Amino acid sequence: MSQSPENKKGQVETTGHVWDGDLREYNNPLPRWWLWGFYGTIIFAVVYWILYPAWPYADTYTKGISTVSFQSPVIGPDGKPEKGADGQPKMETKTEHWNSRALFYQEMQSSPSAVAQKEWLAKVKDMSFEQIAANPDTLNFARSMGHGLFGDHCAACHGTGGQGHLAMNPEGSYPNLADNAWIHGSSYEKIVSAITNGIQGNMPAFGALYKGEKLTDLAQYVLSLSHQPGVNEEAANRGKASFATCAGCHGANGQGNQAIGAPNLTDQAWAFVDVPGAKNYDDKLKLVEGVIDHGLQHQMPKFGDRLSPEQIRLLAVYVRQLGGT
Amino acid sequence: MKHESIEINSALLIILTLVVISIGGLVEIVPLFHIKGTVEKVEGVHPYTPLEQLGRDVYVREGCYLCHSQQIRPFRDEQLRYGHYSLAAESKYDHPFQWGSKRTGPDLARVGGKYSNEWMTQHLIHPQSLVPESIMPSYPWLMQPLKYQDIEARMKALRDVGVPYSLTKAEYEANVKKFGKDMADQFVIANGIKSVKAEAAAENWDGNPKEITEMDALVAYLQVLGTMVDFSKYNQGYFSTFR
Ligand code: HEC
Ligand code: HEC
Ligand code: HEC
Repeated sequence: MSQSPENKKGQVETTGHVWDGDLREYNNPLPRWWLWGFYGTIIFAVVYWILYPAWPYADTYTKGISTVSFQSPVIGPDGKPEKGADGQPKMETKTEHWNSRALFYQEMQSSPSAVAQKEWLAKVKDMSFEQIAANPDTLNFARSMGHGLFGDHCAACHGTGGQGHLAMNPEGSYPNLADNAWIHGSSYEKIVSAITNGIQGNMPAFGALYKGEKLTDLAQYVLSLSHQPGVNEEAANRGKASFATCAGCHGANGQGNQAIGAPNLTDQAWAFVDVPGAKNYDDKLKLVEGVIDHGLQHQMPKFGDRLSPEQIRLLAVYVRQLGGT
Repeated sequence: MKHESIEINSALLIILTLVVISIGGLVEIVPLFHIKGTVEKVEGVHPYTPLEQLGRDVYVREGCYLCHSQQIRPFRDEQLRYGHYSLAAESKYDHPFQWGSKRTGPDLARVGGKYSNEWMTQHLIHPQSLVPESIMPSYPWLMQPLKYQDIEARMKALRDVGVPYSLTKAEYEANVKKFGKDMADQFVIANGIKSVKAEAAAENWDGNPKEITEMDALVAYLQVLGTMVDFSKYNQGYFSTFR
């Protein structure tokens, strides 16, 4: 590495590095735009430090002079949110240094989509379920909001269209919400209660009571209630007497009882037992015998802490317009 | 030192490069250990029970984090879909944490209580039986027996990195104060195996009461995710004071 002779002759300056005897590296100045770009980043950094949280020191950090304002409930002397005259929590404007959480509260309160949604929520707030469903505009709103909520919270169990699942293993079944067969009732109030509080569906096991022929006869009778082709009428008649045990919940004629969530056994809609999907009559018998033998348990989780009352009301409207009446 | 001597000495170049880069990292990370509000002051967050911890280990072993994050960001769309944004405090006992940003499937930070145990079990065995359009793989082998004999060693290892599982009486008493007696009993390392058995028996996690399976542990873990903090106790805006 030696100074090259050309350099001294006043040609383009090189760094003085020479490889292989004649390869040299030019020492051109940085392009102007690049240099100013570089100074620009330094100025940007200084502005950023002034505006936003930046430098840590001791147990805290510089907060910057930029602020974010949002509405926050007023906390009373008892540590609980104070209520205003209209029963709603009293709100005050809170101003924090710029940070992602304050920006989030602002977004929740005053972003265009939040404001638009709030307007609609205010509109349906004092309407009854029937009024929401009867007005095409509010029904549309309930549909679009309900569709999102249903997809996020309900579809995994009840299917994307609310069609439910009937599984060969009855424990893996989830009821259809789009048909006319309701286990607990089709009223808006029932649906709201199902969503808010959840459901513990429980039919006790009767395996100790019914075994062998007695069990088969009872299952034959249950299948005869919905007129399944292939029922052995004689056996069904023998089983009829045993149905007295079941009548307390399912009703004397097997028509079901929505107050305790015992399904109707006389219709073609099966909530949990996949009688319609069974390959042949013997399989249907086995499925029903299985239910009598070890009972049935189903749990629907409660969504009261996860969804707001307004969201639940709109979901109820959405569920009802899926097709079931 | 002349710049030339750095350029021609590659070992020196590497060392000095590392020094320069680590300054950037240290300036960003070290202060977080000293800044008071990094971990929010909030009630309810407790270490995982031994069964939940074993479920967490299954979760990590199966690589669920490759498709699922456990961190809800403070954005409106995330709040509407998943619930309250995640707090740093909620993963203070997670080693390693499962935050992540890869969401092939939904975020799981608040999946606890969203589904029933039966649903969780059936979904893990065969997701498409419940969600026909799902691309999540099946995990039928989770119904195999859970190996829980080494739970005490696992708890000890976690204690070494700061999870308050207790070895001594004093530690136990501190836990009783902080988490209540029921919880503190489960955090006693010497009771590890007993706690696993008791918790597995207390609830029908996977529909098979005869055996303690990996499914029991995993479902117990999934069902506690995001449920420890009661957000109705905190005022809107409270958590922003920590940032
Ligand atoms: C973990 C699965 C699961 C999830 C998630 C779930 N459900 Fe259910 N749901 C069930 C089960 C199981 C039943 C039947 C309960 C019983 O009677 O045994 C049910 C019953 C119902 C009923 C009563 C049906 C009838 O025929 O009377 C309604 C209405 C309902 N669910 C709506 C919803 C809505 C709306 C959501 C979303 C917010 C939802 N469910 C989420 C499992 C679930
Ligand atoms: C204590 C009340 C009760 C009694 C007694 C009872 N059931 Fe049930 N039954 C229910 C409930 C509740 C369900 C729904 C279970 C669920 O939600 O998981 C049900 C479900 C069923 C089903 C499934 C229906 C469907 O649509 O899939 C059949 C079949 C059935 N019961 C038959 C019987 C027979 C036969 C007896 C008499 C041996 C009987 N039940 C006695 C409460 C009862
Ligand atoms: C290939 C990516 C992938 C992997 C690996 C994966 N999942 Fe999933 N997971 C999904 C997808 C996609 C969904 C949404 C569809 C569905 O519900 O099946 C999902 C849904 C879920 C849900 C329901 C979430 C909700 O809120 O609806 C749970 C719980 C879950 N997965 C748990 C797990 C666990 C536990 C593991 C590891 C044993 C795992 N997943 C591994 C892709 C994956």
